Amino acid sequence: MGTKNKYWKGLPELHQSPEFLQKSRNEFAENLPMEEVLGSESLNASNTSRRDFLKVMGFTTAAVALASCETPVINAIPYVNKPEEVTPGVANFYASTFYDGHDYASVLVKTREGRPIKIEANELSKHNHGTNARTQAAVLSLYDGARLSSPWAKGAPTTWKNADSEIGKALANAGGKEIAILSSTIISPSARAVIAEFVAKYPTTKLYQYDAVSYSALSNANEKVWGKKVVSKYHFHEAKKVVVGVACDFLGNWLSPVEFASGYSHNRKVSKENPNMSKHYHFEANMSLTGANADERFMIKPSEIGKTVAALYNEVAKATGNASVSANGTIASNSNAQKAISKIAKELAEAKGQSLVLCGLNDTDTQVLVNGINKMLDNYGKTVDIENYCNLKQGDDKQFMDLIADMNSGKVGVVMAYNCNPVYTAPVKAGFAAAYKKVPVKISFAQSLDETAQASDYVCPDHNWLESWGDANPCRGHYSLQQPAINPIFAQPRYEGTRQVQDTLLAWAGVKTDYLTYLQAFWQNRVFPMQGKYGDFYSFWSNTLHDGILHIHFAKPVEEVIAPMAKDSSGKPLMTGIATVIADSLGIAKEKIEEKKEEKILAAEEKKIEVDYNAAASKAVSAKGGNWEITVYEKVGLGNGNMSNNPWLHELPDPISKVTWDNYITMHPEDVKAQGFGEMLRQDIEGSMATLTVNGVTVELPVYPQPGQAKGTIGVALGYGRKAETMQVATLVAGANAYDFCTISNDTVQNISAEVSVANANKSYTFAATQIQHTIMGREEWILRETSLGQYKKDAASNNPKTELATHSGKLPINEVDLWAAHDRPGHKWGLTIDMNSCIGCAACVVACSSENNVPVVGKDQIMRTRDMYWLRIDRYYTSDMTRMKAEEEHTGSRQMYLGMENPSHNPKVTFQPIMCQHCNHAPCETVCPVLATNHSNEGLNQMTYNRCIGTRYCANNCPFKVRRFNWYNYNGNPTYATINPIQQDLGRMVLNPDVVVRGRGVMEKCSMCAQRLQAGKLSAKKEGKPLQDGAIKTACQQSCPTNAIIFGDLSDTESKVAKLREDERNYFLLEEIGIKPTVSYLVKVRNQEEEIVWEAEEAAETKAEEKKEEKKEEAHS
Amino acid sequence: MHAESQIREPLILGNKTYSQITDDIIKPVEGKTGKAWYVLFTIATLTFIWGLGCLAYTIGVGIGVWGSNNGVDWAWDITNFVWWIGIGHAGTLISAVLLLFRQKWRLGINRSAEAMTIFAVMCAAIFVLFHTGRVWLDYMLFPLPNQFGSLWPNFNSPLLWDVFAVSTYFTISLVFWYIGLIPDFATIRDRAISPFMKKFYSLLSFGWGGSARHWSRFEEVSLVLAGLSTPLVFSVHSIVSFDFATSILPGWHTTIFPPYFVSGAVFSGFAMVLTLMLIVRRIYNLQAYITVKHVEYMNIVIIVTGSIVGVAYLTELFMSWYSGVEFEQYAFLNRATGPYAWAYWCMMTCNVVSPQLFWFKKIRTSLVATFILSIVVNIGMWFERFVIIVPTLCRTFLPSTWNMYHPTFVDIGIFTGTIGMFFFFFLLFSRYFPVIAQSELKTILKISGEKQKKDAEAHSHSHAPAH
Repeated sequence: MGTKNKYWKGLPELHQSPEFLQKSRNEFAENLPMEEVLGSESLNASNTSRRDFLKVMGFTTAAVALASCETPVINAIPYVNKPEEVTPGVANFYASTFYDGHDYASVLVKTREGRPIKIEANELSKHNHGTNARTQAAVLSLYDGARLSSPWAKGAPTTWKNADSEIGKALANAGGKEIAILSSTIISPSARAVIAEFVAKYPTTKLYQYDAVSYSALSNANEKVWGKKVVSKYHFHEAKKVVVGVACDFLGNWLSPVEFASGYSHNRKVSKENPNMSKHYHFEANMSLTGANADERFMIKPSEIGKTVAALYNEVAKATGNASVSANGTIASNSNAQKAISKIAKELAEAKGQSLVLCGLNDTDTQVLVNGINKMLDNYGKTVDIENYCNLKQGDDKQFMDLIADMNSGKVGVVMAYNCNPVYTAPVKAGFAAAYKKVPVKISFAQSLDETAQASDYVCPDHNWLESWGDANPCRGHYSLQQPAINPIFAQPRYEGTRQVQDTLLAWAGVKTDYLTYLQAFWQNRVFPMQGKYGDFYSFWSNTLHDGILHIHFAKPVEEVIAPMAKDSSGKPLMTGIATVIADSLGIAKEKIEEKKEEKILAAEEKKIEVDYNAAASKAVSAKGGNWEITVYEKVGLGNGNMSNNPWLHELPDPISKVTWDNYITMHPEDVKAQGFGEMLRQDIEGSMATLTVNGVTVELPVYPQPGQAKGTIGVALGYGRKAETMQVATLVAGANAYDFCTISNDTVQNISAEVSVANANKSYTFAATQIQHTIMGREEWILRETSLGQYKKDAASNNPKTELATHSGKLPINEVDLWAAHDRPGHKWGLTIDMNSCIGCAACVVACSSENNVPVVGKDQIMRTRDMYWLRIDRYYTSDMTRMKAEEEHTGSRQMYLGMENPSHNPKVTFQPIMCQHCNHAPCETVCPVLATNHSNEGLNQMTYNRCIGTRYCANNCPFKVRRFNWYNYNGNPTYATINPIQQDLGRMVLNPDVVVRGRGVMEKCSMCAQRLQAGKLSAKKEGKPLQDGAIKTACQQSCPTNAIIFGDLSDTESKVAKLREDERNYFLLEEIGIKPTVSYLVKVRNQEEEIVWEAEEAAETKAEEKKEEKKEEAHS
Repeated sequence: MHAESQIREPLILGNKTYSQITDDIIKPVEGKTGKAWYVLFTIATLTFIWGLGCLAYTIGVGIGVWGSNNGVDWAWDITNFVWWIGIGHAGTLISAVLLLFRQKWRLGINRSAEAMTIFAVMCAAIFVLFHTGRVWLDYMLFPLPNQFGSLWPNFNSPLLWDVFAVSTYFTISLVFWYIGLIPDFATIRDRAISPFMKKFYSLLSFGWGGSARHWSRFEEVSLVLAGLSTPLVFSVHSIVSFDFATSILPGWHTTIFPPYFVSGAVFSGFAMVLTLMLIVRRIYNLQAYITVKHVEYMNIVIIVTGSIVGVAYLTELFMSWYSGVEFEQYAFLNRATGPYAWAYWCMMTCNVVSPQLFWFKKIRTSLVATFILSIVVNIGMWFERFVIIVPTLCRTFLPSTWNMYHPTFVDIGIFTGTIGMFFFFFLLFSRYFPVIAQSELKTILKISGEKQKKDAEAHSHSHAPAH
């Protein structure tokens, strides 16, 4: 029982009075004046209807809502005064010259709206055909965030005015002390003239040339043998028969690799009409790019290089009937190499004047022997040219050592470091860094705060080469011009700016002219008179600038006449009238030069220099070995390390090891096992760390098992272990400075040493490599067809069987078997063919492709996860000792056979295979995409529609070549990649090609066969109203290739090169058997070796049986 | 007269009456929830939330947080997808195929099995929807009219067939399950005391009145849906297998995949049903309805499907050898002996060897052994999908592209998250929905008949001793 409370408002409610009840029936207790309001006159007076009211309210709400949204503002500002030659959307190409003290290349710079985006090879150049990876990557260095934007004094930014006045005072106060200009080799004649101006002002100035990787033994040896202290020029295309390399990576880094690669590959191309190729023997410790391309490669220890050369000298002397040297070299570690030498010598003797012997050791005595060998083989004047010598690598180690001594003894007042970084690159033993500290005034011209710049008092940053004027004379008779392709990025008013070194020196020398004027005057005075093509200077200048290059035959070397130029009273060089005077005075009219040359040769012969080969040989063979021996080498990507802040080069997998972003010890797999390091078998990426001590320098580096490395030797690459903090990418990469390992002996810097100890650091280490299975696993027939030269001569289609399918109507070629009726394709049908015989694996194409197609840099972690983004990769395969035939003979089970096949041979043969999207005509990727994001064009290309892609990755799974690349992250925005991916930096972003979309996350991408280039080529042909010429369109990879290994064209055009190659007996398609009909084809690799290449035991048996039959027949006949 | 073997055990033990059945089955819904439920539910919810977190991380940052790579573009995502879809299969098989074959024993388990199907397909859908790189564009998978002109999805792509197959499967399963639930909801509604429950279940029961007309329609709809579902049992997993079978990869490109996938799906589905039922009967005291006989029947299905799967594995090996195709031969040799051999032999042991133990009646009728083996089978089936996907993709045509796959915590997190999600829903289901189709179950209860049988048995025992 509960009581119910009753609540009431006022007594009327409690009593429920009738008034209350009446009222409570009304909705509103009080009367609302509704009638009055709605009926009032004033309402009718206004025109605002309810609809209008709602409209206005809706509009204001929308407007307020919209105004609160922030729309990104993208300013596209048109040119106020449009530069004449710039049309937005159309690329401009400028001929220029790339030279950074290490690599030289005559190039075209592709610019879009005033910014360089791509480097192309200058096809007019006779010096370099194609480029290398570093030249391709050089465009990114322009946009390097580490570049200085103003001069620095004593560790802080300053103005040019201050710097100039302070340095001017310092120079003036040098007072009798030496002013040293320390530079890498200067190949610019005008820069030399500028230095001469400087010397004229400050007579105590001396120029020292110093190359980070020294070649001074070459010029020393030439001085001893020929009386000329120059580096010879090597004509590889004349070495048609035999090439012998001893520890000389001439295709990768040695001297002038791009030039050599095109000459070399010229003699390695075979056709039915000309089934001949050169034979290449190689002796080395590290597996180099060159060794990988050799027909026969022998592993020797670094201490045996001199011995090998001496042994070869004696054998060649025997074969050619010359006197041998008393000291004979024995290659203790490799008896096969020792045996091979006499055979090689015989072949060399038979190929007189068509052979070439090269050695990469920077040892004068060894190089004297090499010269002797080439002399005995009559190679001088044919494959080796001492007359039209090479101007690259003039550095002299002796001079450099002398400079250090002078610096130590206080004789040097000022040092200016130009285009070199000796604090980082000089061997520890030389003690440069300590000596440098003793110099009162230290000036660096570095573009960023590298190790030397950090140790300098003043940094006067140079322009990037793409912002500079200049010229180059890489070898006698070859001139090229450099022109800016962009205004200096760091310029006033925003920055204090950079200044070209030549301008800086001219300013300091008190010459009141700018370098461009000076350069023109120089060319007018010195170069113009040497040529006979153009009558007046202006057409000469504009045409040469347009072409970028100038070839002069037998020109007198300009270096010999370098002196300050005549000037008027204001200090301006006299530009007119002098040309003829100088030309006359120097006597370099064309005819006269011809005469002079002959005179000179006679003079040299008359000189009759006595060369003591015996003494050279006994010194060359005296090198002592050790338990471990090291070779410090240059990587194909990073080179001497001057571009080690360039992420493209770090990401570029090493052509041999395929490792990225890393510095490591290369060691023979058996040594790795014996030392108890991680062996990295079967796709294992875990290696071990080792403690390495070389000549007293101890570092910790990971160990990478490298097949083909001579046992008991190790290799470490240069360019790592950087300590310049502002160079963020360079310092991000782990590693050690291998320059520290170099030693000095006989006044030359040695990159080998036997004072090595290796100990296990008992730490594991993870490598990031783009390829972790190294052998072909018995799949040659479908992927990697190779034949020997002998087999090829017998049958051009040897080892290239036609793929056939068994059908009801008998065996049919795979191309004739089709489920679907073919579409009619009247237009272009693009095709690409790769000549496996020419490809040397130099990876220039890989960087070119990244540059052209805005391929993101993803870094070590992503590559460790197999997520590299390369549209074009180069697969590198080693041979294995285990083959099908061997397994059959020895009754090895399948499992054991395959396990064996995974292990490369001790000294494997190497094959490089560039792989990009094969643009299959029955593309497996196309059928599986649920949203049709990948489809086929009517020109035969497989194309990606990024906007449509939702990222199921089914296409990548179904791609037999695994060329599809998925954007796992937003590499363009994810902060993890901010440091390494240039796309994320304001400056770095400028390198992007505006014709190619930057792909977002979750999207699949792959080779488009440079669709943007195809479009541009078609458009220009259309504008000209002509059919497209074969060769008018070149893909980025093709353009960069120094060996012409990539051929692109229109298959519909039956006269095109690529269409003709499709008919070649060597033409084959990868995995044709699965019916995918690829557009890209390959040409069978022909190896110049005696052993036949056979894949299947059955085939071997068949050929043997056939041979026997033939033998029997012959016997019967006889 | 209806002839029935006297020794056949009844499908419902314990001489239950109709009202007892109702009481027993609705007890978990009406009664108080035990502690065990709360513990399990908390664990499931936490795992589910962790999985959601991992999923959000993936959507926010990119598929890169998974272990997949440029060689192995699919890994745990599609493994889990196929695994969950496979698990779902038993539910449909039990409710549809066994209905058509008039297998009455299905009535003890079909409700839970169907629920399992629904939740498993939901888990599978998570993977198939979120494995794409740009989840926000998943709508492009559907043939929607659009402003892009005649831009349709690619009808050649097995992935598109998947979209249709899975969505159809899910819809039909859901409807079938729900229709079956309606009379039971009505029963709960009628018994409910609390107004909230009354309201809730009357909404769910769609105004079921239990009239003869209702029952007649109910039966018809059930039959129609069973007819629709039956082909789905075979089509869905066949189509899922086409993802692999229509590709060109050695190890995927095989015609044996559809039957092999379907039997594998039934195999793993039954194992999952067993795992769940053994827990449910214990927690909710339903031993009388889910009897050892049920378990034994299901174990027999497992022997059969497990053996089919085993034969398929061996056939694959034989075919790869017999084909003479280098890539095929290597693919299978690599599976069995390569770096992922441990996964292969784990799969072989779990899927081929372990179900053979059910040939022994002792094991077949032992609940503990069955529970353990049912989990073993599901582990094995997960590895089957893993073995098909990962080792195959690790080593395809070009040896230069060979690599390894390493899962990340996100891969593992999302997978365990879906397991959490599955149990999250299943526990809610078992708490608020009748876990046995009690209305239908009553159709096989023959109180008078059973009594007569018993009497007859007792009679024969007393009057005619064994001779």
